Amino acid sequence: MKLELEDHQREFAEKVRVFAEEVVEPQADEIDTSRTIPAELIQKLADEGYLGALIPNEYGGMGLDGVSYTILIEEISRACAATGFTLAVHTTTATLPLLNFGSDDQKKKYLPELCKGLAAFSLTEPQAGSDPGSATTKAKLDGSDWIITGRKRFATNGGRANVITLMAVTEDESGKSGVSAFILEKKELEGLKTGNREQLMGIRGSEVMELILENCRVPGANLLGELNGGMKIALNSLDFGRVGIAAQAVGIGQAALDQSVDYSKSREQFGRCIGKFQAVQWLIADTKTEVEGSRLLTRRAGALMTGEPQELSYGAAMAKLFASKTAKLATDRAVQIHGGGGYVKGNPVERLYRDAKITEIYEGTSEIMRMVLVRSLLK
Amino acid sequence: MDFKLKQEHELIRKMVREFAEKNMRPIAKEIDEKSQFPAETVKKLGELGLMGMDVPQQYGGAGTDTISYVIAVEELGRVCASTAVIMSVNNSLVCYPLNKFCTDEQKEKYLKPLASGKKLGAFGLTEPNAGTDAAGQQTTAVLDGDEWVLNGTKTFITNGTEADTILTFAMTDKSLKHKGISAFIVEKDSAGYHSAPPEHKLGIRASSTSELNYDECRIPKDNLIGNLGDGFKIAMTTLDCGRLGIAAQAVGIAQAALEDSIEYSKTREQFGKPISKFQAIQWMLADMATDIEASRLLLHSAAYAKDTKDRYSVESAMAKLFCAETAMRATTKAVQIHGGYGYTKEYNVERYFRDAKITEIYEGTSEVQRMVISASLLK
Repeated sequence: MKLELEDHQREFAEKVRVFAEEVVEPQADEIDTSRTIPAELIQKLADEGYLGALIPNEYGGMGLDGVSYTILIEEISRACAATGFTLAVHTTTATLPLLNFGSDDQKKKYLPELCKGLAAFSLTEPQAGSDPGSATTKAKLDGSDWIITGRKRFATNGGRANVITLMAVTEDESGKSGVSAFILEKKELEGLKTGNREQLMGIRGSEVMELILENCRVPGANLLGELNGGMKIALNSLDFGRVGIAAQAVGIGQAALDQSVDYSKSREQFGRCIGKFQAVQWLIADTKTEVEGSRLLTRRAGALMTGEPQELSYGAAMAKLFASKTAKLATDRAVQIHGGGGYVKGNPVERLYRDAKITEIYEGTSEIMRMVLVRSLLK
Repeated sequence: MDFKLKQEHELIRKMVREFAEKNMRPIAKEIDEKSQFPAETVKKLGELGLMGMDVPQQYGGAGTDTISYVIAVEELGRVCASTAVIMSVNNSLVCYPLNKFCTDEQKEKYLKPLASGKKLGAFGLTEPNAGTDAAGQQTTAVLDGDEWVLNGTKTFITNGTEADTILTFAMTDKSLKHKGISAFIVEKDSAGYHSAPPEHKLGIRASSTSELNYDECRIPKDNLIGNLGDGFKIAMTTLDCGRLGIAAQAVGIAQAALEDSIEYSKTREQFGKPISKFQAIQWMLADMATDIEASRLLLHSAAYAKDTKDRYSVESAMAKLFCAETAMRATTKAVQIHGGYGYTKEYNVERYFRDAKITEIYEGTSEVQRMVISASLLK
């Protein structure tokens, strides 16, 4: 068992860190305030090859190994959690259904495009969150086309994306109900509208949309994978997605730790820097330990991305559960260490505090993560 | 030991709850979003006698006991944490010390308008270099003929932008260290006094948290409170009372989080049933309710100690520490129970989550409370 990074991974990590610190971090505050990730920044992510991080070389992607992938998302998120999240969703749940389940034609058509611009993934509905089986968006066969009607919520990148992988309820020839995955190209479609954009407490730069489909006609060629085989596609993609979110949480935790250490060394009260007080020291020691633990769990989950699907499922759930809890603790401690100053906008820890909480919720709540783990533990 | 609330306490709870539901609930979300000071509400609170609750009627107050006060703050905090702290500061951090330490003439002139709600008060202790180390005062006061001349900067002052009367602490004899701090009454129209616009904050956004500048600020000689060098003692005594108010605010926030969570978990269905049917959710609600009960009892016990004992610092510290941590746990669980929706501005729980954090920081961080408690155990 090797716990050290390979040389190429270490080089990649350095390169990403420089990019994150020089290009992303200076924009993080404005991204949060304006609720916008500038198109130029998305373009830069594309230029660096990051949008195609998990897409093989043959389709124009970077073909990154799992461990390096977690480093990519961690470093970008450490600079800006909203940007990290946007990239994570794009590279996993929005890309991997196509990569893992697409036909050769579909892969050739869409994967190169996904190396250049953001894509989206749409599963959640108003009445279908933790329980995606309660979804009601329906796709009906009409000749060789599909007519889709329904309402989706919380579709990340849903406004900017041209390509959206969307789940809808379908019936097979025998009338059996299931869920199928469809590739929607916004530019080409009538009957697909973006509705409200969510007003979020944190990661405010990310674009999370309502999608409204009214008799939206989708060509038969855009069915992705097998009819009624969509849930498998969604759950498989979410396993990869959870690795990304775990990495995002590690980045947030690390950022909180960095801020805490800096402030503890510089802020003086009672005639000495507050880092001399055991209470503060303990907070930092605990955060450091938990972030390290999170990072190791997350990198292991990254390595499992090329392994057995069940092992990935388990490893990703554990990493996300632990790393998201860590992000919450680390950012809470960071605000506390900063005292009143940490409660004021403009201080990065104020933003980190708001960003952390969602990592315990999206792409499967911590409760769902526990359910996944229990399935293996108590079978 | 009688655990039942007296009828007068039940009446106050009922009265303040009705007021809060009618006047505060319709605007609580908006004033948070816009960071808008609720001037109308504050005026009405004054008319109801809630701005100087335990001040004798002779000086414009309602002459109630402390349990009535903490009940009132809790009920306000349940609907709008910002309004609760505006009211609490006026009561605990301004009216209380003026009533306890001022001469009859000073009370007639300054306490009466504050207690009757005609004027708003602020507590000017914290400075950029004097937070937890409150004794490190750098604001100075020098006697010049008939006037005191104050120079310095205060920071993070609640009600700072709107306050008419500011209890201001300044160093009058640096050689005596904390025994060289004195307390003064400064009115906002004093020459050389300037309040800045409020900070943008993570939570309690409708209350102003502002910097105050004293630039050759001149006040009458008679505006010294008590004797020279009494300032630190006045500040610490005042904070004992203030902490009860913040503890009550925290209980109110936690109570709101619990009520909203119960409501949501009974109506939100996933996997074919209300989520309240899942043990994970049930356990969260049970823990929230238990924490809140314990918090309220600790708080009321501390309030009773204030009215019956000479010193209640330890009780007050315990109440603030525990109630603040309860608010944190309860609001975190509340967001989690609401899932993705709980992270959007559509529901109130994200506001409670943001509001809760400050209760662990201001009027003495949880670290300071632990210092007070442990010092009493180890003396």
